[in-house]
Amino acid sequence: MELTRMTAAQLSAALAKSEVSATEVTQAHLDRIAAVDDRVHAFLHIAADSALAQAAEVDNRRKTGEPLAPLAGVPVAVKDVFTTKNMPTTCGSRILDGWHPPYDATITQRLKQAGAIILGKTNMDEFAMGSSTENSAFGPSRNPWDLDKIPGGSSGGSAAAVAAYEAPLAIGTDTGGSIRQPAAVCGIVGTKPTYGGSSRYGVVAFASSLDTPGPFGRTVLDAALLHEAISGHDAMDSTSIDAPVPPVVAAAREADVSGMRIGVVTELSGDGYQPGVLSRFAEAVELLESLGAKVTEVSCPHFKYALPAYYLIAPSEASSNLARFDAMRYGLRVGDDGSRDAEEVMALTREVGFGAEVKRRIILGTYALSSGYYDAYYGKAQQVRTLIIRDFDAAFGQVDVLVSPSTPTTAFGIGERADDPMAMYLADLCTIPSDLAGNAAISVPCGLAPENGLPAGLQVMAPALADDRLYRVAAAAEAAFTDRWGQPLLASAKGLGA
Amino acid sequence: MTTTTQTLVPFAEAVQRYDPLIGLETHVELGTRTKMFCGCPTAFGAEPNSQVCPVCLGLPGSLPVVNRMAIEYTIRIGLALNCSIATWCRFARKNYFYPDMPKNFQISQYDEPLCTDGWLDVTFEADGHHRQVRVGIERVHLEEDTGKSLHVGGATGRIQGAEYSLVDYNRAGIPLVEIVTKPVEGTGADAPVAARAYVTELRDLLRSLGVSDVRMEEGSLRCDVNTSLAPRGSGRWGTRTETKNVNSLRSVERAVRFEIEREAAVLDSGGRVIQETRHFHEDTGTTTPGRSKEEAQDYRYFPEPDLVPVAPSREWVAQIQATLPEVPSARRARLQAEWDLSEADMTALNNAGALDLVAETVAAGASPADARKWWLGELARRANEAGADLTDLAIAPAQVARIAELVSAGTLNDRLAREVIDAVLAGQGPPDEVVQARGLAVVSDQSALTAAIDEAIAAHPDVVAKIRDGKVAAAGVLVGAVMKATRGQADAPRVRELILARLSS
Repeated sequence: MELTRMTAAQLSAALAKSEVSATEVTQAHLDRIAAVDDRVHAFLHIAADSALAQAAEVDNRRKTGEPLAPLAGVPVAVKDVFTTKNMPTTCGSRILDGWHPPYDATITQRLKQAGAIILGKTNMDEFAMGSSTENSAFGPSRNPWDLDKIPGGSSGGSAAAVAAYEAPLAIGTDTGGSIRQPAAVCGIVGTKPTYGGSSRYGVVAFASSLDTPGPFGRTVLDAALLHEAISGHDAMDSTSIDAPVPPVVAAAREADVSGMRIGVVTELSGDGYQPGVLSRFAEAVELLESLGAKVTEVSCPHFKYALPAYYLIAPSEASSNLARFDAMRYGLRVGDDGSRDAEEVMALTREVGFGAEVKRRIILGTYALSSGYYDAYYGKAQQVRTLIIRDFDAAFGQVDVLVSPSTPTTAFGIGERADDPMAMYLADLCTIPSDLAGNAAISVPCGLAPENGLPAGLQVMAPALADDRLYRVAAAAEAAFTDRWGQPLLASAKGLGA
Repeated sequence: MTTTTQTLVPFAEAVQRYDPLIGLETHVELGTRTKMFCGCPTAFGAEPNSQVCPVCLGLPGSLPVVNRMAIEYTIRIGLALNCSIATWCRFARKNYFYPDMPKNFQISQYDEPLCTDGWLDVTFEADGHHRQVRVGIERVHLEEDTGKSLHVGGATGRIQGAEYSLVDYNRAGIPLVEIVTKPVEGTGADAPVAARAYVTELRDLLRSLGVSDVRMEEGSLRCDVNTSLAPRGSGRWGTRTETKNVNSLRSVERAVRFEIEREAAVLDSGGRVIQETRHFHEDTGTTTPGRSKEEAQDYRYFPEPDLVPVAPSREWVAQIQATLPEVPSARRARLQAEWDLSEADMTALNNAGALDLVAETVAAGASPADARKWWLGELARRANEAGADLTDLAIAPAQVARIAELVSAGTLNDRLAREVIDAVLAGQGPPDEVVQARGLAVVSDQSALTAAIDEAIAAHPDVVAKIRDGKVAAAGVLVGAVMKATRGQADAPRVRELILARLSS
């Protein structure tokens, strides 16, 4: 089998048995990137030299008989929002052009320690603000199902890399759906772990109370392997949870939903949802029921306020988080010709360095936090957030997991929503509630929408620290669907040819 | 409105027509080993930008983690100031742009401070009378310090007009406690002295708590002074000004005095005091306007999402309470009684920063009088010459006690003791070693002395004649000769005594 078509689990097994070397695996993926990335544009930076050096080191360690982690020698693509020593980190923004962080994010470090091979840094909407990668200062990534469609966002580069077989695994971050939405529209698996389950140290902040790093894979088990490798308490992140990592890999292997109580969220369907997305979702629910799950409908009445609350909280935090990009210490500096004072240089740099969407959100957030408006906007949004958490608490009193479509529609065309921020924001309608509540959610492929042949995703949501339930349900659905389709869904993706 | 020369009302007149209202905001750098949110060291005076890391530089992706010791120190301060300690509180972001702020927001506390609602009793002398004022404490909160800007070129050393600026981020992230008083009313003409006494008392309290080295000249204790006036007896307080850059105890007093004189003049002329930040100038003793509060920025405070709430358990607070030292004012009163000192002597001792040193010297066995004499006399003179604090002298209280003991035992005279002090300060070892190594002990061997005296008398018949004529003052020559012969190791008064006894017989 072609190395780039193998799953991370398969690569891990073959590497462990020395049937293949990490160097061969890495080279195969670098070759694939060289062959297709000019069309996909999943990567902003390809780290060929350091990847091969890392691979050689893993091969040497394996030769000495040293026990290695499951992901040793398995390539992974990293969203360009994680700091990486000796590699640029741009967050898809001009303002960080040329910045080489002097330190590794905790997750970068954990990947390196596990022996995972970092192939490079993937494209993203600038500072993770967007649902299409069109807000990247370095041009959009493309959906391997159809190169004229968006790969979702903000972690669109990571999703596209995995869907295009440029990497078996990728890391992204989810703030309002930035892992699950691209996973859904690219026909792969993506997880937003419980907030605090994966470290934010070294993740350039968009919205601190929401940002959650998580895995992409082509299978549920692959996502679980990466999920486990990056998770666990980190003393460098005060919001990191000091609790055992939920047994996600074991749950993905068990893939058993018999007796599980599954709730279908009433509010996450209906108007604005693409018919093919809804029919594939209905089919997935039936499938789960046929596997022995007890399905009921559950109402979460405040979910309808999630989107507006999110668009106050996230920009508020962003307006403060992004204040540090001021040309004084790193990154872009514009207008420092001796004729301007520091304040003018700051303003000019931010004017040139930030894109339109980032500026829009900084302005929104600045306004929402202003004295006299704080209570009506930021304060009110935090109250809504509490109500959404209560909705979840009540729902999880009745069921083990909740399900919904991952996104209201399949991938839309590049440029189609670029001038309509509201339409763009709606892409995260289903994913935002879990971000606001800080619990766990996954998107797993559930078939193609009949009207356009593009993938739709099933979202599974679980209580905080019950991430294993996501994998149990998603793996069961994946197995049953693959049986039904006769092959993995992604095998039908033809955007890059057969 | 900008005026270059400011009209003032003489202080005595100003306080006849107006009641001053003062308030003080004091920033204290905590003496924790590491910074507020990272593990960088806090030592003062290091090479610029050598004590920094991704966290205190605010690099993208970095996150703060609270220093538990800083919380403990703040609770110590709160308890010592009789405050309530919050059971649950949060940090907040204070957002504004400034090049010495790495993140362009400061992690501080806003509506949920760690300590609230306490007081500090302050005593001072004013016009010969003894006053005590209870200063209410509004809040004590914890925040991170900013970096330090150095504006190069330009006349003022301030950012306006500078050619370029350098920033040292070593200070960025050092834990900073802000102590805010409630408005202090009713001090009248004593307001400037009361303000100074408050800062002095606070400084002593913080020092006794061991939470800060409280050095105003190094900026580890910084003070902003708020001043407003009301027409005497009216209670109608006017707009307040906030005076910054008040960097010594003396400046606190002068700044309040100046603001009272200036605001009185504004009000007398029918004008309106503008709510603004003013800068105090050490050289002239005046204040000039900084940025106006009316056009001040909106800090857009919101709870810091990168940190979890702080919830000090009651057990922990009780433990901290149990380790609090005696309050300085109570300790001073106790020591004053024990040492039998006047109020003025005690104040002098305290102002010289010698209280702890004297107390330790007494604890090491010296009499209070001796301990005071050496620290305020000889040692104060040395410190003064070296431009250092008493505490910086390389001599320990126990060593001073030993020297005092050697003097009262007659082993050393005062002159020899000074020589021993010099040697100890020069690092030549403890007093006993110095005495031994240099052979400095007083010559008390009677026969050796007698021989030297005989020689001196024989050598100076003219002087002997004068003395015998009743010109006793001439004995100095003989004493000098004896001292010379004994290489200074004799006890001069004793020599004089012996000479006079010998010649009168």
